[in-house]
Amino acid sequence: MLKYVLSRLATFIPTFIGVTLISFAFIRVLPGDPIVVMAGERGITEERYAQLEQQFGFDRPIYVQFWDYFTGVLQGDLGNSFVTKRPVWDEFFSLFPATLELSVCAMIFAVALGLPAGVIAAVNRGKFFDRALMSTALVGYSMPIFWWALLLIIVFSGNLGWTPVSGRIDLLYYFPNATGFMLIDSIASGQDGAFVSALRHLLLPTIVLGTIPLAVIARQTRSAMLEVLGEDYIRTARAKGMSPGRINGIHALRNALIPVITVIGLSVGTLLAGAILTETIFSWPGIGKWMVDSIFRRDYPVVQGGLLLIAVMVMVVNLTVDMLYGIINPKIRKR
Amino acid sequence: MSFTTKLATGALLAALGASAASAQSLVYCSEGSPEGFDPALYTAGTTFDASSHPIYNRLAEFKVGTTEVVPALAESWEVSEDGKKVTFKLRQGVKFHSNDQFTPSRDFNADDVIFSFDRQGNEENPYNKVSGGTWEYYGGMSMPDLIESIEKVDDYTVVFNLTRPEAPFIANMAMDFASIVSKEYADAMMEAGTPEMLNQAPIGTGPFQFQAYQKDAVIRYLRNDEYWGDPAKVESLIFAITPDASVRYQKVQAGECHVMAYPNPADVQAMKDAEDVVVMEQEGLNVGYLAYNTQMPPYDNANVRKALNMAIDKQAIIDVVFQGSGEIAKNPLPPTMWSYNDAIEDDKYDPEAAKAMLEEEGVTDLSMKIWAMPVQRPYNPNARRMAELMQEDFSKIGVDVEIVSYEWGEYLERSKSKDRDGAVLLGWTGDNGDPDNFLAVLLGCDGVEKSNRAQWCNEEFDALIQKAKVLPTQEERAPLYEEAQQIFKDQAPWATIAHSVVYMTMRPEVENYVVHPLGGHIFNQVGLKQ
Repeated sequence: MLKYVLSRLATFIPTFIGVTLISFAFIRVLPGDPIVVMAGERGITEERYAQLEQQFGFDRPIYVQFWDYFTGVLQGDLGNSFVTKRPVWDEFFSLFPATLELSVCAMIFAVALGLPAGVIAAVNRGKFFDRALMSTALVGYSMPIFWWALLLIIVFSGNLGWTPVSGRIDLLYYFPNATGFMLIDSIASGQDGAFVSALRHLLLPTIVLGTIPLAVIARQTRSAMLEVLGEDYIRTARAKGMSPGRINGIHALRNALIPVITVIGLSVGTLLAGAILTETIFSWPGIGKWMVDSIFRRDYPVVQGGLLLIAVMVMVVNLTVDMLYGIINPKIRKR
Repeated sequence: MSFTTKLATGALLAALGASAASAQSLVYCSEGSPEGFDPALYTAGTTFDASSHPIYNRLAEFKVGTTEVVPALAESWEVSEDGKKVTFKLRQGVKFHSNDQFTPSRDFNADDVIFSFDRQGNEENPYNKVSGGTWEYYGGMSMPDLIESIEKVDDYTVVFNLTRPEAPFIANMAMDFASIVSKEYADAMMEAGTPEMLNQAPIGTGPFQFQAYQKDAVIRYLRNDEYWGDPAKVESLIFAITPDASVRYQKVQAGECHVMAYPNPADVQAMKDAEDVVVMEQEGLNVGYLAYNTQMPPYDNANVRKALNMAIDKQAIIDVVFQGSGEIAKNPLPPTMWSYNDAIEDDKYDPEAAKAMLEEEGVTDLSMKIWAMPVQRPYNPNARRMAELMQEDFSKIGVDVEIVSYEWGEYLERSKSKDRDGAVLLGWTGDNGDPDNFLAVLLGCDGVEKSNRAQWCNEEFDALIQKAKVLPTQEERAPLYEEAQQIFKDQAPWATIAHSVVYMTMRPEVENYVVHPLGGHIFNQVGLKQ
């Protein structure tokens, strides 16, 4: 197992260097001079331009800029945002817990509903339930996030008044954000009703962000289950007289999980992409919106630093998924 | 406020329950996050709403709802005969806010005024480089060339020595970048090794005191009970940052906020019809225009430009592009600006006459480029669509139009060039409510190959605005600007398209909200009905 982990880790290093280079190059490839964009209609004098160019370090050769960035990254320094002038690192970590909290909830929602739905559909293959479930999943998968979110807000917050429209907690509650995770902070605050309020605020964004992964997981589980259910050892188990619950739940599901876990791992990327829209609509203070704003403002340090951190996270998640394969299927770790 | 008091306040607010608390706190659904809280460092209106308006004061200020300049931290001012020396008499007994790290030991005085400007203009000032200071507005309003020195005469008298007479100077002192910060606080933070706190935990003299900011989520303010002017009506002010306009409206309807900025133009009619919300409106202090390159034939001929102007169906643009939330512009100045010349008549929409006029000038088979901006602006919510409408209008008079666009930075750069091929869609939002800020910047000879996108230099026009700039009073200046607008209309370097209309949506219990022509959202005087 250790050898397997190390070999996975070794692939991490070249990927990391590649990502650093790409994140640095990406924003610079886009047309648009950040200084000119910053000045806007008002324009800027040549003198001032030169001054700012020097201040931001754009007057140096590109490879020197990259080297500075790269050595900075190795020392944990991602530079300061051009716009807010605050360290990228600080900004990222003040916003990331919100994204993480929402993504984890969305993922739990997607797995908790998607796995059983997929299993039930596979077991009842071709029956009404299967068809209904898979058509719903297709609709869910194709749902434009923006429209779906507004629809839920209008129905549940506007018409029915069951959930709050947006934000993370009712504005009445005011306590320091010790961890940045509202569910934890609200309990720690000891204020009556804070946790419930935070939970209610999480509900709609979780559903919106979890919808696409839910659909993907349900469909993937179904097809993986169907494949496994056709295997010889399942037939043997049936012939032995094993109960259907045991066959489906233990023998089939465990083997069907490998492709499902792959999909869950890959969904992390989808979740982060979906978070951009979801966060914007629900006024959720996470990194999705932060990144988009920065791209428009040509805020180089934020875009390159943010991209790098997100990429590293996706890498870590996929590394974890690789480890999970090893746990679920011992054959893999021996390869 | 210490950690425990913060907790206690929070608990207290929670205990008060929804109804009681909502009577005391005004919740504003704002459209975005502030870049920071030191207004001199930034240029965005969203930042000023959250910083200069609630937290700070300036020597002079714009009376809310007007572009009139009134005394604030300066009780009065005097301009010398030659216009090069401006003496401010400062208000006494003005208190700065306090926070966890800082309690002021003295009142506001001349040192604070000098520090507030010195840090922006003097590279030796220890705060000049703090927070990556680029002082955009200070530079943009030509303060480095204009201010020769600032002298302290005594604790409550400050003299600004200028390099030239400049009538808009007082209005400039009312701009956000000229907000007065505490020198004592700055010194204390520098000593503590945390100079960036000046920007992150602001201390000012304004009607509200900064309490807390959670990035991209909430900003909280408490009323400043020691405020020198009329105290704020509500105990606390909360900005709930809500980027999506539809969601902001849902929040107003659900009672989660009292006031919202920037509704979707398409929703305005429904809002006006709804019973539980109030919509206020006013023309914005801006103008959207199409600038011809007046140095390139055939656009160097005023009659050609006028003919093209007559071919544009502006009403269609207002209906389609602005969805009604705009007003046809006939002058380069917006109608809320003093010296706006209302006697001027706009070119009539008349494609037939336009066509005849072009033929008369010997211009046939004309093909031109129209540049469409790639970004949304209040003065032009959809430049591409606007250009398409113009393309159609011009085709009716036999002019063939090609629409071009570039990335925004590139667009701004390339459109400055004298050799630019084509007419450019662009616009301007006023900074200080002074006509000079429109006419000189956008149409003066100094602006050619810079902000004067028409590359238009008319001696008569330029002489008028240069003269008006140095006259001391509004009464003397206004007629000159009115005359200049007439010359502009006759010469037609631009097609003036539209001024946007600014809407504010709020709940019926909100009292005294005034739409500010300079675009800021100000809550000092706003109350809530019980």
